[in-house]
Amino acid sequence: MVKAKAKPGPLARRPDNSAFKQQRLPAWSPMLTAHTVLPFFYILALICLLLGVWLLLTVQSTQEMKLFYTEAKTCAECFEKRENVSLAAEECRCTVTFLIEKAFKGDVFFYYGLKNFHQNLRRYMDSRDDGQMVGRKSNLKNPSLYCSPFSQDQNGLPVAPCGAVANSIFNDSFTFTYHKSASQNIPVPLLRNGITWYTDKNIKFRNPRMGNLTLDQVFEGTTHPPYWQKPVNELDPDDPTNNGFINDDLIVWMREAAFPNFKKLYGVLCRDNKPFTKGLPAGNYSIEITYNFPAQRFQGRKQVVLTTLTWFGGQNHFLPIAYLVTSGLVLLTAVVLTVVWFKFGKGGQNMVE
Amino acid sequence: MFRKRLPPEEERRVKANDREYNEKFEYASNYIMTSKYNIITFLPVNLFEQFQEVANTYFLFLLILQLIPQISSLSCYTTIVPLALVLSITAVKDAMDDYFRHKSDNHVNNRQSQVLIRGLLQSEKWMNVRVGDIIKLENNQFVAADLLLLSSSEPHGLCYIETAELDGETNMKVRQSVSVTSELGDNLSSFDGEVVCEPPNNKLDRFCGTLYWREKKYPLTNQNMLLRGCVLRNTEACYGLVIFAGPDTKLMQNSGCTKFKRTSIDRLMNTLVLWIFGFLVCMGTILAVGNAVWEREVGSLFQSYLPWEPPVNNFLFNAFLSFWSYIIILNTVVPISLYVSVEVIRLGHSYFINWDQQMFCSQCNTAAEARTTTLNEELGQVEYIFSDKTGTLTQNIMSFNKCSISGQTYGEITDPLGPQPKSLDFTPFNPLADLDFCFYDDALLESVKVGDKHTHEFFRLLSLCHTVMSEEKSEGELVYKAQSPDEGALVTAARNFGFVFRSRTPGTISTTEMGRPVTYTLLAILDFNNIRKRMSVIVRNPEGRIRLYCKGADTVLLERLHPCNQELMNITSDHLNEYAADGLRTLALAYRDLSEDQWESWSESHRSADKATDFREDLLSAVYEQIEQDMMLLGATAIEDKLQEGVPETIAVLSLANIKIWVLTGDKQETAVNIGYSCKMLTDTTEVFIISGHTVQSVRQELRTAREKMIQLSQTTDGGKEPGMEGWGEPYLSGNGLNEGQEGRGEKQMEGSLPPSSSCVMDNISGEFALVINGHSLAHALEGDMETEFVLTACACKAVICCRVTPLQKAQVVELIKKHKKAVTLAVGDGANDVSMIKSAHIGVGISGQEGIQAVLASDFSFSQFRFLQRLLLVHGRWSYLRMCRFLCYFFYKNFAFTMVHFWFGFFCGFSAQTVYDQHFITLFNIVYTSLPVLAMGIFDQDVPDRRSLEYPKLYEPGQLNLLFNKKEFFICITQGIYTSVVLFFVPYAVLSDATQSNGVPLADYQTFAITTATALVIVVSVQIALDTGFWTVINHVCVWGSLCSYFSIMFVLQSQGLFRSFPSQLNFVGCARSTLLQPIVWFTIALATAICVVPVLAFRFLKLDLKPQLSDTVRYTQLVRQKKRKPAGRNVGGPWRGAGSVSESRLGARGGSRRSGYAFAHQEGFGELITSGKNMRLSSLALTSFASRHSSSWIDTLRRKKHTHGHTPASASGECSPAPSCVSGSVPPLSNSCSVLGGSQDMPLEEEAGTAPAQNTLSAPAPSKETTSASEQEPDSAEAHTE
Repeated sequence: MVKAKAKPGPLARRPDNSAFKQQRLPAWSPMLTAHTVLPFFYILALICLLLGVWLLLTVQSTQEMKLFYTEAKTCAECFEKRENVSLAAEECRCTVTFLIEKAFKGDVFFYYGLKNFHQNLRRYMDSRDDGQMVGRKSNLKNPSLYCSPFSQDQNGLPVAPCGAVANSIFNDSFTFTYHKSASQNIPVPLLRNGITWYTDKNIKFRNPRMGNLTLDQVFEGTTHPPYWQKPVNELDPDDPTNNGFINDDLIVWMREAAFPNFKKLYGVLCRDNKPFTKGLPAGNYSIEITYNFPAQRFQGRKQVVLTTLTWFGGQNHFLPIAYLVTSGLVLLTAVVLTVVWFKFGKGGQNMVE
Repeated sequence: MFRKRLPPEEERRVKANDREYNEKFEYASNYIMTSKYNIITFLPVNLFEQFQEVANTYFLFLLILQLIPQISSLSCYTTIVPLALVLSITAVKDAMDDYFRHKSDNHVNNRQSQVLIRGLLQSEKWMNVRVGDIIKLENNQFVAADLLLLSSSEPHGLCYIETAELDGETNMKVRQSVSVTSELGDNLSSFDGEVVCEPPNNKLDRFCGTLYWREKKYPLTNQNMLLRGCVLRNTEACYGLVIFAGPDTKLMQNSGCTKFKRTSIDRLMNTLVLWIFGFLVCMGTILAVGNAVWEREVGSLFQSYLPWEPPVNNFLFNAFLSFWSYIIILNTVVPISLYVSVEVIRLGHSYFINWDQQMFCSQCNTAAEARTTTLNEELGQVEYIFSDKTGTLTQNIMSFNKCSISGQTYGEITDPLGPQPKSLDFTPFNPLADLDFCFYDDALLESVKVGDKHTHEFFRLLSLCHTVMSEEKSEGELVYKAQSPDEGALVTAARNFGFVFRSRTPGTISTTEMGRPVTYTLLAILDFNNIRKRMSVIVRNPEGRIRLYCKGADTVLLERLHPCNQELMNITSDHLNEYAADGLRTLALAYRDLSEDQWESWSESHRSADKATDFREDLLSAVYEQIEQDMMLLGATAIEDKLQEGVPETIAVLSLANIKIWVLTGDKQETAVNIGYSCKMLTDTTEVFIISGHTVQSVRQELRTAREKMIQLSQTTDGGKEPGMEGWGEPYLSGNGLNEGQEGRGEKQMEGSLPPSSSCVMDNISGEFALVINGHSLAHALEGDMETEFVLTACACKAVICCRVTPLQKAQVVELIKKHKKAVTLAVGDGANDVSMIKSAHIGVGISGQEGIQAVLASDFSFSQFRFLQRLLLVHGRWSYLRMCRFLCYFFYKNFAFTMVHFWFGFFCGFSAQTVYDQHFITLFNIVYTSLPVLAMGIFDQDVPDRRSLEYPKLYEPGQLNLLFNKKEFFICITQGIYTSVVLFFVPYAVLSDATQSNGVPLADYQTFAITTATALVIVVSVQIALDTGFWTVINHVCVWGSLCSYFSIMFVLQSQGLFRSFPSQLNFVGCARSTLLQPIVWFTIALATAICVVPVLAFRFLKLDLKPQLSDTVRYTQLVRQKKRKPAGRNVGGPWRGAGSVSESRLGARGGSRRSGYAFAHQEGFGELITSGKNMRLSSLALTSFASRHSSSWIDTLRRKKHTHGHTPASASGECSPAPSCVSGSVPPLSNSCSVLGGSQDMPLEEEAGTAPAQNTLSAPAPSKETTSASEQEPDSAEAHTE
């Protein structure tokens, strides 16, 4: 009995009598019987129904306002201007006004939205250098080939940040004003940072290690992307934590949208002071837009979105309705199955025959 | 007939001892190469072969595409890694296989043989032997090439060979040299005869050529040839001239090329891969067109942000690139892991076969072995089984089972349920008894002891009337060498009952009767032949009385009895019927006293008949007929051709599973039919059609008549349900009628009009029909236009028996069915003669029995008992098929669900070939995230337990009909997959495009979408596999839950901060999982998508189960109910199906009237003359010495020895006749009719091989009857010479 292998005699080669080798492992063999399937369907229908109702109620409590401004009112002029490439550098501002009928309660989020802008094209998405934007010096000077043709300018200077994504950054800016009364215009304070993913801001985007150098020195020898007006190190000269690659607007833009119609966070209402402590009060508002982003080239449209949130995000009617519809369909299926089982399947008698 | 062969060689000229002359013709040398590669060619050739696989080339093509940066939407490692893995695994496997082939080639090529060069015997390697060389063979050596026998150490230039390797017949055969050369003896160095003969061919049983020597011509036949693969037995030495060498030898010509077998699922898979490729191209085209339109309409406007690819600045080129990009992205519908997984699953199934204890034979210590690991699921689809007889169905052991002596039957075991009766112990009564002989009825022994006259005469007859040779090495140590096992059994029976046959000379027979030595004078042997079906001896006993003893088929013998026997004859007839119904081979025994005058006058007429030159045969048999009259009946014997254990049951179960069983045997028709009855393939209700015509016309006629009769019969049974049949039958009669001249026209008519309608008519025929066809008829039936006719007739029969078939014909029959029936065939056999059949069938099964291991080596599966076949097919095969089908369905579903999401995304991303998922997800999805659960299902799934699938053979049917995975199922799968992909894309799209995180950040970014979809996908396919898995073992749980866990953990690892720092560009999803999966809305989305995906599937499955349950579902359900109830009462539930089994069971026991005689098997024609001539007397002495000191030169034996190294436990050699003695290896010769022949073998120093090899001498499947005609030319009637 030294080893099991040393079995003597005629059974020396007999395979082991283990449950595994003899395929006799204890096992659970479930079966789709009426007793399991039908209750499951009814319960599923019920769960979907409850979820749908709950989500619908939640969604109803949110508010949202969308405002297209591509060619709205005074912006039409800017729109024309941007169409003309020769006037691209010329500054253009316009103002859009709107009315909020019902106060936005709680945190209010300001988004800019683009329609028909394809951030999800393969070559567009590839046209970036994450190595550069995480602060690798080698990539700063030698951007990845994927960035071409936005990796170097005519003089051979490397572009930072390189690539089509960064180059096409959305560069309109907005100033919101609350017209409490005809004379009282209160600027709506917006928090412009903290609008990115934590990981993006703190891990994915890093400025090159500076040591004793200033940000300007670090970026020396690079040039800004062709469509940009200012270099990356001057995006927010006031706040060193929001400058260079770790600029919030840049980071938000660099997180490509999955679909051609998308919105991106622009800012959050700062509720420190009155009258915005409870959100946006009802009333007249205006937005002054620094109109830089040329939407006509791609037949796109630009919009501003204001919304309040619940625990599961902004206004989204699809999900609750989808749940309700699913619930209905599952219930229908369940009823049909029950009838069929009863009428044609003879209550499972088919099996026994 | 040889002219038909195209190769340039039209005839072969070989001059003995003249290498220069022979070299002119550039005949093949004796070097044999079965290996495919050498070291240098291995890599290129192997790769070339591998890339002939559609799939491999396809993936290589994809790989090349991926290397083009403009196209590559995925990095190339997604293809390189799996492809390299697949290629290298296959290459290693091929290399191993080839290495072993090299080894065995080398071994064979380097065997030594003695070649006569310039008058000296020199040792040469086999591979250096040339055509025209004269080589010397010694006893027990393998014949190195096809030789013309020149001379032998035996008298008359005789030599004995065993051809088991060649045709599977285990009896010895005699070969004789041309008399002029045999006279030369050893002095062959000066021999310079020239042989002109046919070119190399594969016909084992014929050879024609001419020897020119000293200006004389001598015709050469197969009688003069020693073929490669034979073993020289009982001959000290012989000389032969090499005629064919190496690849030209008949052995190699017969071996056929090894075909790589693939399963029908493999072929289907290849077709599907091609279809999918077509599908891919369509998708690619659609998307490319979309891309062209998009680029023109939208992309051109977007150019300031994203300029077109520099080289060609136009949207069409972009679309072209996008086409290829999509081909790459969408290629995951057929991932390489499909092929790897399929192989892994099959390997797993093979291990289960190897591990199965219930296919382990404890007597011979052999477990079942899956030698080919790629055919498992085809085991679940078998429709035709082609079985060898000897050694496969039967053990090739004859045992004296029952006898009837003057109206008293002996040997009946009265109480079959009682304790196993003890075998009689003969030793105290008879010191010469054979210890292996067993008989259970002591009444017979008593009767002998009491001295019953009839009983004594009965056994005296058995001890005298035969052609057995005996050897007595030392006192009491008798070895009988019988030409057929039947005879051996009878003589041994007589020996044990006190009538010991001891020795013979040409004119005498010495016996010991009840301990008293007696010598009879042998006056004449009236030999056996097929027509006479009896043999007689005429002997003069010491008292001088002359008596004729006759044994023969009851049908012929009972007619020739003296009328006074009537009463006894009736009783004996009843007994014979009983024996026959038990499947025993019967013989009737009778004697006749002859007066001196009768003998004198008869011997006179005999002599004159014998001397006649014309019609000698006819005259002789007429003379024999004269004297075999008015005989007195002694009784009858019943010999059992022992079936292997469980054969009838297995055949019953297999035929219930709708598997048709064909027996292809080299044996005689009678033997084959008899076995057909005893293993219940044929029953008394079966209508047996025998086809034995010798010409095309007659065979055709017989086939048609059979078919007409079938139709008639089935019409009568069906009550004329199908009136259409008559219309079909009529033209046959008229077209084929008496007018032979119109035959051709009528035939054409039929060719044109009948097959479509008739084949469907024939398919519908119901009834118990069986077809027996002879080898020579089969040869015609396999010719060109007869094929359909034969298939049509044969396939309407429940059982088909082909007898007297050559190895090649066996293969042809298999090929025929493969060609015409599109059915999966399985061939099972144990001998070298089955190799070709085993190789050509879809699945070859080797019985590792007694006839060497050639069959096993060529087989795909091997085990040691025929009965394991039912487990192999009904349990393992069925499971394998089921698992493979479920696996494939799921796999295609999964990959379509996975891949088609890209297609839908194309409509949103400008058809730019952007993937939906992260690249790592794409790489790992098939390899890691979803591979194990489906593998676990593919390996472990069971729908019903093994016991049930044996209980309900009908469960096997879905496999034969190919129901579980076919094109329809495939479409259902991919439809389901596409549906899932729609849900998986559009639900997240609809939800996320407008959603935000709870901190306001929009969720519609690409990475969140990718993670959401991927997670939903993994969860949906996991739920689906959970639904598909029918048998949840621990392993399945671990795999399913483990895969889910692995998905999440790998995702978190890959998106971790540390790894990102090292590979920022590759792992840019950093932090995405965290921020996405913390959102409740993402989980609501996933849950919704899962519900929408699963509900319809669940509903459909439930409906299908409820409305149209399969048999397996019902069985499973009853099982479930039973488990719940936990009551034994539930056992009745299976009643209806069980019934089917028991009906035939009960019929098995029925005793019918068709009596089958065994006489035909017992003898070989012509041995009588060989004995009386005294020619072969030396054989015996030599045989004995060779028995004791056998040295195996056989490499096959060596291999076999390896196989049996553990088999040396001395199994109880005496008494106990184990139920399956065929398996006993080691010291009891497995081949033996050990009960009868090797009785004294205990004292013999048994060498290792002695266990397996020697007994082969004594056994004989009946050999062609012309075997010894050469002997008869010489001294036809020395019998008389002795009497005078």
